[in-house]
Amino acid sequence: MSFLHLAIFLPFLMAMLIPIFYRWTKQLHTGWIVLPIPVILFIYFLTFIPQTMDGVVTQTMPWIPSLGINFTVVVDGLSLLFALLITGIGSLVTFYSIFYLGKKKERLNNFYAFLFIFMTAMLGVVLSDNLVVLYLFWEMTSISSFLLIGYWYHRERSRYGARKSLLITVFGGLMLLGGILLLHVITGSFSLREIISEATIVQSSSLFIPAMIFILLGAFTKSAQVPFHIWLPDAMEAPTPVSAYLHSATMVKAGIYLVARFTPLFAVSGAWFWTITLVGIVTLFWGSITATKKTDLKAILAYSTISQLGLIMTLLGVGAAALHFDSWNDNIYIGAIVAAVFHLFNHATFKGSLFMMVGIVDHETGTRDIRRLGGLMQIMPITATIAFIGTFAMAGLPPFNGFLSKEMFFQSMVDVTSLNLFHAETWGVILPVIAWIGSIFTFVYSMIIFFKTFGGKFKPHLLPKKPHEAPIGLLLPPMILAALVVITGFFPNLIAKPLLEPAVKSIMPSLYGTDYSIHISFWHGFTMALAMTAGVIILGILLYKTANRWKPFITEKVPAFFRWGKAYDNSLYYMEQGSYRFTLWVMTGWLRTYLNYMLTAFIILMLGTIFATDALNFDISTISRVTMMDYVLVLVVIVTLIGIVFSKSRITSIILLGAMGYTISIFFIVARAPDLALTQLVIETISVVLYLLVFYHLPQFSNIEEKPRWLSAKTFISIGVGLTVFLISLSAYDTTFFPSISQYYIDNTYTKAAGKNIVNVILVDFRGFDTLFETAVLAIASIGIFGMIKLRLTRRGKNENK
Amino acid sequence: MKTNDVLLRNVTKVVVFIILLFALHLFMGGHYNPGGGFVAGLISAGAITLTLIAYDTQTVKSMLNINTIMMTGVGLLFAVGTGMIGIIMGDPFLTHKFGHVDLPILGDTSLHTATIFDLGVYLVVVGVTLTIIQTIGESD
Repeated sequence: MSFLHLAIFLPFLMAMLIPIFYRWTKQLHTGWIVLPIPVILFIYFLTFIPQTMDGVVTQTMPWIPSLGINFTVVVDGLSLLFALLITGIGSLVTFYSIFYLGKKKERLNNFYAFLFIFMTAMLGVVLSDNLVVLYLFWEMTSISSFLLIGYWYHRERSRYGARKSLLITVFGGLMLLGGILLLHVITGSFSLREIISEATIVQSSSLFIPAMIFILLGAFTKSAQVPFHIWLPDAMEAPTPVSAYLHSATMVKAGIYLVARFTPLFAVSGAWFWTITLVGIVTLFWGSITATKKTDLKAILAYSTISQLGLIMTLLGVGAAALHFDSWNDNIYIGAIVAAVFHLFNHATFKGSLFMMVGIVDHETGTRDIRRLGGLMQIMPITATIAFIGTFAMAGLPPFNGFLSKEMFFQSMVDVTSLNLFHAETWGVILPVIAWIGSIFTFVYSMIIFFKTFGGKFKPHLLPKKPHEAPIGLLLPPMILAALVVITGFFPNLIAKPLLEPAVKSIMPSLYGTDYSIHISFWHGFTMALAMTAGVIILGILLYKTANRWKPFITEKVPAFFRWGKAYDNSLYYMEQGSYRFTLWVMTGWLRTYLNYMLTAFIILMLGTIFATDALNFDISTISRVTMMDYVLVLVVIVTLIGIVFSKSRITSIILLGAMGYTISIFFIVARAPDLALTQLVIETISVVLYLLVFYHLPQFSNIEEKPRWLSAKTFISIGVGLTVFLISLSAYDTTFFPSISQYYIDNTYTKAAGKNIVNVILVDFRGFDTLFETAVLAIASIGIFGMIKLRLTRRGKNENK
Repeated sequence: MKTNDVLLRNVTKVVVFIILLFALHLFMGGHYNPGGGFVAGLISAGAITLTLIAYDTQTVKSMLNINTIMMTGVGLLFAVGTGMIGIIMGDPFLTHKFGHVDLPILGDTSLHTATIFDLGVYLVVVGVTLTIIQTIGESD
């Protein structure tokens, strides 16, 4: 166990200690106690930058070595980028939450425990090399996210959102597990890097496509891609620091991470290229359009997150094409990967700051509804500045970092049209068009966020609180993020060399050892991408100005098919209703129904087996001679049987049953079984007496004697059972494969057991063990009857004094 | 209404002993002829049931002051205990022993531990049957 392992578990260990600290330090806000952990981890992970620039750091700790499951931690460029985002934004969010959550009224111990469990889970996801360990942490993120969304569990919406996100992400998680197991079946390894090193085996396997689909389902559900995006807007019921951390910067990017990680394995396939690109572009488009119609700031941000994740996903999909070209330096498609990684970083910074900004607005004004907000620019100037930087970066305007990554995005989209793979030359042209329309709407909702909140008229009468500028503690984290937005906007190459390049190299492992380098230029000449950005700005402004005209079209006229959230609610409702109905239908509570099920199943299984295995063959020649006595006895049995079934009164049935029992004892005599005959006679007598006793005590009201109906399911089932048993006995009669062991008993009854009654010797000597427990059965039965009759816990008088 | 069933009672007095002797015969002859602990137990219980029918439960209880559940337990103990003989002698569970033994009064007698096992079965069957009949008979 190295310090790297400990680094992953450090937040988790802290989470375990939080209840103790919370109890003993009532004066201090718990956030201050836990704040050092992410900061230390951030600094610790910063020290990895030089190492990841030219290689990877690997540490292994055995966990279940016999199953090939070891806790292997690998730090490469992509992991490190994520680890820095997790710990960096984690520190800022922890700091922010100290001021956001009140010490008195919130259960801070729960909050920080959940948050730090999440931090461990997220670090584990991005740093694990073993897929089983990755899956473990993956589910841990789902569960801790569930806990955090339902943090205010007294609110109905919180519980709804938490349950929704859990259902969807756990569904994806289980799919991911299926994909992992398929990969294990193909390669025999759980190690991600080993599997990637055997990529050719995987690619030629017939399980390639199923494994890919399963893993993509995991990634799409986690990263809120259409149509699994519906949980993210409902997850906004979480406290704002949680939304900022989980649902913009880290957890939703776990799916992105997964797709990036598996790119070297799956990218050869056109299915991978098209699935990711199309799902990403649809998500981008749908998220940006939906965001414009929302009125709640957090809902807008949620849909904007969905849209931006779709953008990154699209870029990763297009980047998969890079694998098909050998030379790296003139490979334009690798630009998509660079853009994806760059936008990933940018999005984390500006979206984190935007969520924190919304938290501030909510905290200081008491509402997040843009219809009530407005004119806050003069009252909250610092917040407005942060919002300005964040929204303009999101819209993709210069000089912020969003502009650069959006330019690169447009450039990649334009490049796709010249791709000669996977039929991209014919259909690729739709990608830049959709991307461009999506970006226009991105611009529109970015403007809505900023101008509806801070521009326009101030409406103090609509606000629950008197607004004023937030305390510095709330402002500092978004200020740091906004500063990062600006710095990376002006000097993108500051992070290009240490962070982005190693990340791109770990997505494309064959880049290691080449002289590939990224250079992001702020001004790249008049290109198609620049023209598209200009178009976005012009059309965006137009659309923003005319928003009142076209908004009703997307708010009201969306076809029902596209109301995904409604579909989820309905499917859940019908699933519950369906299983409820089904249970009611099958589990009638009538024993006769269950008996019908069992006997029908018996008939079907038995007859099916007989006919499937062609087992129905018998030879009449070996049957022993039938005497007159047998005929008479069979006749008596049949007559009593018909009498039992068709008798109108119960007492007739009982007496006929007794008659049948006695006939059977005569059968035993005929078949030369005196012991059996004796026992059968006595037992039949006793059971008939007991039947009569029960009959005598039957209550009066149910004493209506009814005749069994003729044609019913019961008739057919009983005929079927009789026929089946008849056929089985007939087929089994002739199948004596081995000589009987009875000769042994005949030979040794006297010599070895000193007896002449073989039946009794077998019962008490050769197989006395059975007899021992049959006597035990009798004893249990008698004690049971004794207990049932004597033990009456309800008072006797109550039951019987009617 | 009290009926005078003197005939039944007197016949019972005679017949019960015949039945019990028949049961004893079946029990003792079980290893060589049809019979054994199970049937003997049932028939003995039948004899006692006959007295139950002729008299009433209280009378039978005063005649035969036996805890029938205890009897079942003792029967099971006999059966398991016989099995233990085998274990004590170093053989598998329920290995029976038999042979000719010189007894003080009876002289040379052929004995078999399977009889003790059968006695256990007999006791269990009598106990069980009587428990069932008595509990049901006494319940109202």
